[in-house]
This record gives sequence, structure tokens and C-alpha cells, in this order.
Amino acid sequence: MRLSELANPSRFNALAERLLPWLVVATVLAFALGLYQALFVAPDDYQQGATVKIMFIHVPSAWLGMLGWALMAVAALGTLVWRHPLADVAMKTAAPIGAAFTLICLVTGSLWGRPTWGTYWVWDARLTSVLILFLMYLGVIALWRTVEDPSRAARAAAILTLVGAVNLPIIKFSVDWWNTLHQPASVLRLGGSTIYPTILTPLLITAIAFTLLFVTLHLMAMRNEILRRRVRTLRLMRAAAANP
Amino acid sequence: MSVPVDLGPHAGFIVAAYAIALAVVAGLVAWIVLDHRAQLRILADLERAGVTRRSAAREEV
Repeated sequence: MRLSELANPSRFNALAERLLPWLVVATVLAFALGLYQALFVAPDDYQQGATVKIMFIHVPSAWLGMLGWALMAVAALGTLVWRHPLADVAMKTAAPIGAAFTLICLVTGSLWGRPTWGTYWVWDARLTSVLILFLMYLGVIALWRTVEDPSRAARAAAILTLVGAVNLPIIKFSVDWWNTLHQPASVLRLGGSTIYPTILTPLLITAIAFTLLFVTLHLMAMRNEILRRRVRTLRLMRAAAANP
Repeated sequence: MSVPVDLGPHAGFIVAAYAIALAVVAGLVAWIVLDHRAQLRILADLERAGVTRRSAAREEV
């Protein structure tokens, strides 16, 4: 199936219906394996002790929070440049999911920071830039809800999303550019990971599980949005028929 | 209830982190599933009332 064929919402929904059961099973299996490895196999850190177990949900949710905005930025280009009919659907539905993962990142990071750093929060570059990401998610969600016409809302949200994408490299490199309590990059870095394999492997498995969860929820939410727009069209048709 | 793994002196922080993550994900899943049911119900109501899309007939072929 070509990408252009997915421009038809009904065809997209049919494909989503076929994919979703497999994705749900893959997500559950990946979480079962990842959490088993994280909670029962991975050793404690020599400095942090068992609190390192928070990393297995904190780091993947941070990645997914950023990936969600990156996906929205690509969809924003799809909306503004290629005018793909499903691009704004993808952009709109990624926002609450990305916001949820960013919220998990912030809360678990705060709970990890208290025993590790001695504080729940500091206004340093990494923590503040992730908080800004969360607030931008809320802003985009509010924008979608403010403008009733989906196509007008899509254009405004696309511009806001592309402007907000500037924050992604700031989040990534904030630990290199500024002094921060947050540790520097230790997985995705030049020269390879600095994490020992017995901890890195469960982290990568939970990262795959979180990514599968994101994809599954995003497909489900896109299917809902297509139905919502169908409902809107039918209501407009009914209103037009009632007032010829 | 005993914890099956020794989480050390900061067990409360670890359990809270996992519990909050689970609650947020569960809330997200519930919202999406309930939204799907709601949209299907509204669509069914509209179609029962005789409001159908022009393309619906073509898709059913």
C-alpha cells in the first residue's frame, strides 16, 4: 500500500483496525519483558542503589515526550506544505499523548531527583526546557480546542508546533551547553553508551515498549479523530438539511 | 503486602514513580477507548436518524 493511499481516512481506519490487535499484543509483551528485566534482573546502581529503577520509566518517557513533538513537527510540515489530509489528524492526536509522556518524565524525574540530588526540582536548563515542552503541549491542545474549524485550527497549530520544535535541540544539548544537576547524555552519544549492558538492555526494552505504546495509542486516537470529523460533517449536513 | 524485590531506603520514591506512570497511562488509555465508543455511538445515532455521508454507499460496495 502506498502512502498516498492512506490519504483516504476510511482506508486508514481499515488499516488501523488490522494493525491494532498486533500492536496491543506486542506492547503488552514488550512491557512484560521490559518490566521483568527492570525490576527483577537489572542490578542496583553502585551509587544510586535501587532508585536507578526509576530510570526505566523516566528515560523512555522523556524520549517519547520529545519524539511526540518531533512527530507533530513532521505532521505540521505535512499540513502546511503537502496538505496531506491525515497530517493534521496525526498532529492533533499526538499532542495529548506526548503531553502525558512528558508529564510522566517530569514527575518521575522529580521523584528520582529527591533521593539522588536532595531536591525535587531545580530551575536548570534541562528541567526547565522539558517543563516548557509540557507547557507547549498544553498550549497546542488549548489552541485545537479554541478554533472550531479543523482546517483553520490545523494551520495555527502547525505554525506553533514548528516554532516550538526549536526547543527539541535545546532539551537534548542543554546538559552540554549549561551547568546542570542533570547527568550528561549517557545512551545516545558519540562514542557509545556509558551505561553497563545489564542496565542498558532493560532500558532499551522498556524504550521499545513505550514506543509501541505511543504508536498504538496514536493510531487509536487518529481513528477516533477521523470518526469525530465524520460526526461533525454529518451534523453539518443535518443542520443544512433542516435550514435549506 | 510485601514487596517482592528489595527497593532499599527510597522504596517510596520508586513505587510512587511507577504508580504515577501507570495512572497516567491508564487514564490516557481509558480516555481514548471511551472516546472511541462515544464517537461510534454518536455516528450510529446519526445514521439511525437517516443522516448518512454521500461516500458511505460507495465504501460499502
